[in-house]
Amino acid sequence: MAKPKVAFYWCASCGGCGETVVDLADKILDVVAAVDIILWPIAMDFKYKDIRAMEDGSIAVSFINGAVRTEEQKEIAELLRKKSGLVVAFGSCSSLGGIPALANLTSKKKIFERSYLKSPTVVNPEGVVPKTKSKVDGYELALPEFYESVYKLNDVIDVDYYLPGCPPTPDLIVNAVNAILEGKLPPKGAILSPDKSLCNSCDRNESKPEDVAISEIKRVIDVEIDPEKCFLAQGIICMGPATRDGCGASCINGNMPCTGCFGPTDSCKDQGAKMIGTLGAILEGDEEETIDKALDGLVDPAGTFYRYGLSASMLGSARKEEEDE
Amino acid sequence: MNNFEPKIVAFTCNWCSYAGADKAGMMKLKYSDDVKLIRVMCSGRVDPQFVMDAFREGADGVMILGCHPGDCHYRTGNVKAFKRYKLLKKTLAQFGINDKRLKLDWVAAGEAELFQKVVNEMAETVKELGPLHLTGNVEQGGK
Repeated sequence: MAKPKVAFYWCASCGGCGETVVDLADKILDVVAAVDIILWPIAMDFKYKDIRAMEDGSIAVSFINGAVRTEEQKEIAELLRKKSGLVVAFGSCSSLGGIPALANLTSKKKIFERSYLKSPTVVNPEGVVPKTKSKVDGYELALPEFYESVYKLNDVIDVDYYLPGCPPTPDLIVNAVNAILEGKLPPKGAILSPDKSLCNSCDRNESKPEDVAISEIKRVIDVEIDPEKCFLAQGIICMGPATRDGCGASCINGNMPCTGCFGPTDSCKDQGAKMIGTLGAILEGDEEETIDKALDGLVDPAGTFYRYGLSASMLGSARKEEEDE
Repeated sequence: MNNFEPKIVAFTCNWCSYAGADKAGMMKLKYSDDVKLIRVMCSGRVDPQFVMDAFREGADGVMILGCHPGDCHYRTGNVKAFKRYKLLKKTLAQFGINDKRLKLDWVAAGEAELFQKVVNEMAETVKELGPLHLTGNVEQGGK
């Protein structure tokens, strides 16, 4: 029997999701022995035309990481959707937008201005900016369109499963691959990680006082962090309460607070809103002045609450019209 | 002439502000019909998700009305609502949503006139701001 065909693809991402597949270490040999990798741009050489020539549905599963920012990414995502039985959104960016989606707090116009015109290291007296079509020496050149917003994978194609994390841990990947190979998959649309909050498995949960009350929001760079005590009880924003479990608390074990890369649990519609709810309940003081002072330490709330989830925010991207600012 | 009829969702608490709205009704005080009331047990029950959901589903403005500080039926629900409101405002600003589109105020059960006043003022404010169009994944019908 022919081995099942598997594709790995990257959209707007850093490459860390490709790296984590390599991090499977010796287990990757088992994966390679069990499947036939037909596309993996970060590691091996394949051509899109070979994928186009394949029969629809002939790829068993495509793992797609990265958010969707350009026309090319959408095109390949659509192609892989057509050719694959299963599509797995691999990692925070394809599940929720990830770090690239922080750009949704600005606009395409501002990004182009900064990158091609105003950045101190740019010399561009003619003000040339990338265009989807341009003529050079009689040839028409094309570039993929750069979209106004960064999208998560399920904004552009139908997605069967989600592997959360920045990046997903090797354990989660092995479990997912085994589940696929053995045909023991949960219902479509499932996020392949436990549906509990991170606090549930956090070692510091025991250290949490009955009533957490914080009078000041502190930034990680400004304080010496107690390696035993609940981060929130120390006044440091930890996204644990609003974040899905399954990462093995690797950041907490490194004495850093959770930044939320696993996204929310199934019962939560918006990770940022949930964190606002949590923080609102544990901030100390009743007076506006005390509250404002406590919140001074929170310099970038949207970037903190939606660090990996802006494409999934109920509020969408920042509005582009100026009238409201 | 501004013909825009805004949609405003007002979360009102069962014990004070909804009772205030009820009294306004009994007194036949007219208030803007752009404002749709949703009764909740306490302003502290207003999950920030409710507010975002309202904006996402087409509200141009959202109000949270609770008991005056110290009068909360559940002691501190309104204070929690206030803290969430402050956090929400700070966050909404980064999404380019004018901070006047979200308003929290205190209305007691007897304050029918005050209810009428805050609600009408909000309707005026949002009318001037115009419709709210969210962009990005919402525009795409994001899943």
